[in-house]
Amino acid sequence: MTDFSTHLLALAPLVILCATVVGVMLSIAVRRNHFTAATMTVVGLNAALLSLLGVLQITPIQVTPLFIIDDYSLLFGAIVLVASLACTTLAHAYLETLPDRREEFYILLLCSAGGALALIASRHFASLFIGLELLSVPLYGMVAYAYRDRISLEAGLKYMVLSGAASAFLLFGMALLYAASGTLEYAGLADTLANGSDSQSWLLVGVGMMVVALAFKLSLVPFHIWTPDVYEGAPGPVSAFLATVSKVAVFALLLRFFTLAPPASDGWLLTLMGVIAFASMMIGNLLALRQRNVKRLLGYSSIAHLGYLMTAIVAGGTFSIETVGIYLATYVATTLGAFGVVTLVSSPYSGTDAGALHHYRGLFWRRPYLAAVFTIMMLSLAGIPMTAGFLGKFYVIAIAVQSGLWSLVAGIVLGSAIGLYYYLRMMVILFLDEPGESRRDAVSGWGQQSGGIMVLLLAAAVIFFGIYPQPLIALVSATGMAGG
Amino acid sequence: MILCWLLFVPFIGGLLCWQLESRHAPSQAPRWIALLTMLLVVGLALWLWLTGDYSLAGGVVGDAPNWAHEIRLSWIDRFGISFHLALDGLSLIMIMLTGFLGVLAVVCSWQEITNRIGFFHLNLLWIIGGVVGVFLAVDLFLFFFFWEMMLVPMYFLIALWGHSGSKGNTRIGAAIKFFIYTQASGLLMLVSILGLVFAHYSQTGTFTFDYMVLRETPLTGTIAYVLMLGFFIAFAVKLPVVPLHGWLPDAHAQAPTAGSVDLAGILLKTAAYGMLRFAIPLFPEASAQFAPVAMALGLFGIYYGALLAFSQTDVKRLIACSSISHMGFVLIGIYSGTLLALQGVIVQMVAHAFSAAGLFIISGQIYERIHTRDMRQMGGLFGRMGALPGFALVFVMASLGMPGTGNFIGEFLILFGAFDTVPWVVVAASGGLVMAAIYSLVLMHRVYWGTPKSEASLGGLDPREYSMMLLLLVLTLWLGLFPNTVLDISHTAMTEVTDWFAVAPLPTS
Repeated sequence: MTDFSTHLLALAPLVILCATVVGVMLSIAVRRNHFTAATMTVVGLNAALLSLLGVLQITPIQVTPLFIIDDYSLLFGAIVLVASLACTTLAHAYLETLPDRREEFYILLLCSAGGALALIASRHFASLFIGLELLSVPLYGMVAYAYRDRISLEAGLKYMVLSGAASAFLLFGMALLYAASGTLEYAGLADTLANGSDSQSWLLVGVGMMVVALAFKLSLVPFHIWTPDVYEGAPGPVSAFLATVSKVAVFALLLRFFTLAPPASDGWLLTLMGVIAFASMMIGNLLALRQRNVKRLLGYSSIAHLGYLMTAIVAGGTFSIETVGIYLATYVATTLGAFGVVTLVSSPYSGTDAGALHHYRGLFWRRPYLAAVFTIMMLSLAGIPMTAGFLGKFYVIAIAVQSGLWSLVAGIVLGSAIGLYYYLRMMVILFLDEPGESRRDAVSGWGQQSGGIMVLLLAAAVIFFGIYPQPLIALVSATGMAGG
Repeated sequence: MILCWLLFVPFIGGLLCWQLESRHAPSQAPRWIALLTMLLVVGLALWLWLTGDYSLAGGVVGDAPNWAHEIRLSWIDRFGISFHLALDGLSLIMIMLTGFLGVLAVVCSWQEITNRIGFFHLNLLWIIGGVVGVFLAVDLFLFFFFWEMMLVPMYFLIALWGHSGSKGNTRIGAAIKFFIYTQASGLLMLVSILGLVFAHYSQTGTFTFDYMVLRETPLTGTIAYVLMLGFFIAFAVKLPVVPLHGWLPDAHAQAPTAGSVDLAGILLKTAAYGMLRFAIPLFPEASAQFAPVAMALGLFGIYYGALLAFSQTDVKRLIACSSISHMGFVLIGIYSGTLLALQGVIVQMVAHAFSAAGLFIISGQIYERIHTRDMRQMGGLFGRMGALPGFALVFVMASLGMPGTGNFIGEFLILFGAFDTVPWVVVAASGGLVMAAIYSLVLMHRVYWGTPKSEASLGGLDPREYSMMLLLLVLTLWLGLFPNTVLDISHTAMTEVTDWFAVAPLPTS
């Protein structure tokens, strides 16, 4: 096999996704059909997922100076693809009655997923920037996809403006790093950092500005302001996508960047990250307490969860890759499940999503299994044993204890205690039954639809890995990140 | 294998109840299934008691303890976590108690709970399952797993079937308070467990959560003390020890009768069990160092609980506060570290479970008849409710520690056993008995004597209620007259705990 074809194989998932984008676009040009577009997307995503198995044979491999394909990028790539697949199934039921062009949604989704894959595998600032923009720009369109609904349009604009500002920070940070070190590769940067050049402070400022940009994408405090509004305004499947794919990709990049180019020469950056982590746990949970809208609540909860996960970045070391892998896998399953239920209750599209808490009142007595799924997801987000969320929390506390980060341990314990309040309140609403409030409901055959099956599978997975996590741990702990 | 059955039977039974409801609603079937399940648990526990030998000689410290039954399956290899269940005398007593109170909880909600029967029993049985798991687990991860898991069904029990109480206390508020208190303190325990595991890891290079291995970990003074505190706080919230008792009166007052019975009868005992099984053997020196503080807290709890009880107007809150007072004795007993006192702790726990369960069931029955738990609206019930006030009198007498009841034996053994090591604490604690007499008699007086509000009969006890009461009464008296039944089973296990304490230099002076 020639060098070129090996490299092409290594990029196969990305290539397949791009080919699918072109395919869907052409099919729309020929004849508009919602079902065809969705099917092509699902097939493309599955093919990309399968191709990962083939790529597994040749890892780790560096493809051009831009990408490194190793087990690490395959693991997170798989999470991204599975999450995209789940969002596609949800979107299909949701978009069915949208009074507009429905098919283009899948093009945007595929582009964004491709950007996520590129971002995860990047080892160079150029691919970082391209990946991040490819991930974000289609998201503007997706968030505002139900643009006749004012709140969706507003969310789209808000996301676009703030995201643009973040990109500017990112570029400026990169420029400073390049000016100070003369290289755009993470590994080269690490050498400069280690050699202690005289432009050390510029390097740190550059890294700091990049952290600001990434923290915005991860909605960490104090760059979290947009999160609840965008989550609330975006259509359900898009909120799910935003909360999973975008977060996973950016976090995977952040971890790779900090592992390859550890900036902790004098430690203040790590201290800053610790402060950001602690503030995210506290503020995310505290602000969630007073929410009356499920999607906003999940938005604030995601701020807190990313705060917990930042502990792994602050701790560093080999254990952090395992922690991040486990945490993101469980978090993605849980969040997809939660947004999945919200989407199913709001599907098919009929104006603003069913977000208010009272829409869910007594859901258990009308749709017992759907409500059971939601209950499981809430328990998992709260980190109660028997759910996968507990495994993630266990890992995060373990890494914090191992590294002796006692203030973050205190933050996690305190944050979880506060978080319980709103998760439990959300949960108990499903079981109350008091008449007099308007309700919305999933369609009666929800369990037979692809979205419904997906949600049930996720619930099964959350319970299974909560009780018997060994397979997941074995998979993730075998994942290594290739150097340079 | 039998341990697995003991553990899984309640979970399976619970799921059955739930499924039955959704198939043929509404029916009585879930009640019968739940009752059968609980009887099966009691049966299994009794069978274990009759066939096993729990009087093996106590090993020297550091030896493998004499588990009567043990099962160990690999679970999460990455961290050396195994599905490790084991049973000794201490666990057996607790499990018999759990099973028995589980039966009572099912029976006493026979008429109280009328909606969503299946889901109610699912929660009830899962609580029992979780508690059985706590009493059997000897892997710290597994222990924590069950410790947290049993909170969820308890939360539902209070939140969905509870009474919305007086003064704007809602049942959901009480349930959330209960959950947050216990879960947050549970996380502290998780942090301690992980601290212990990593301490072990740094010395040996292997991960393990096994109780038997971890208790050999040598720890330096400060670390051991901090880790011990993590465990102690988690258990202290559940017991409850006074500064951490805020959830208890609310949770008890708003919970349905079955929930109160489970809470007072079993959930509080998991805390004492945790101290005996984990906090002391894992950190003997630190515990010995901490003992004076713990006993002071216990002493304070005895008086504070009694005072709190005295000022309540809600029957269930009164009984709940009296539990705080009784658990103060348990705390003193545990940390005095003598065999006699520890044996007393066991008797006291069992006896308190019986008497508190009796009193809670009686308040539930009164509530069914006059729809209030406010004592100011009662009075003069004696003679209007058939045999019920008579039973109440017996349980109140038991609660104040009248000789002839199990509670007397428990308190007597605790005080007698602790006198050697901490005479002044015992002298002070004895005063608590007087307080107990006062609030118990106040309860009796306000509810059953005084001027009746009306002369109409409120209906006597039906056979179901009568047999429940009779059974509890017989057991209370049996425990008072033949405490050896229990003491023989727990002797070995308690000797071991004493040995752990003996290793540590006791700060007696």
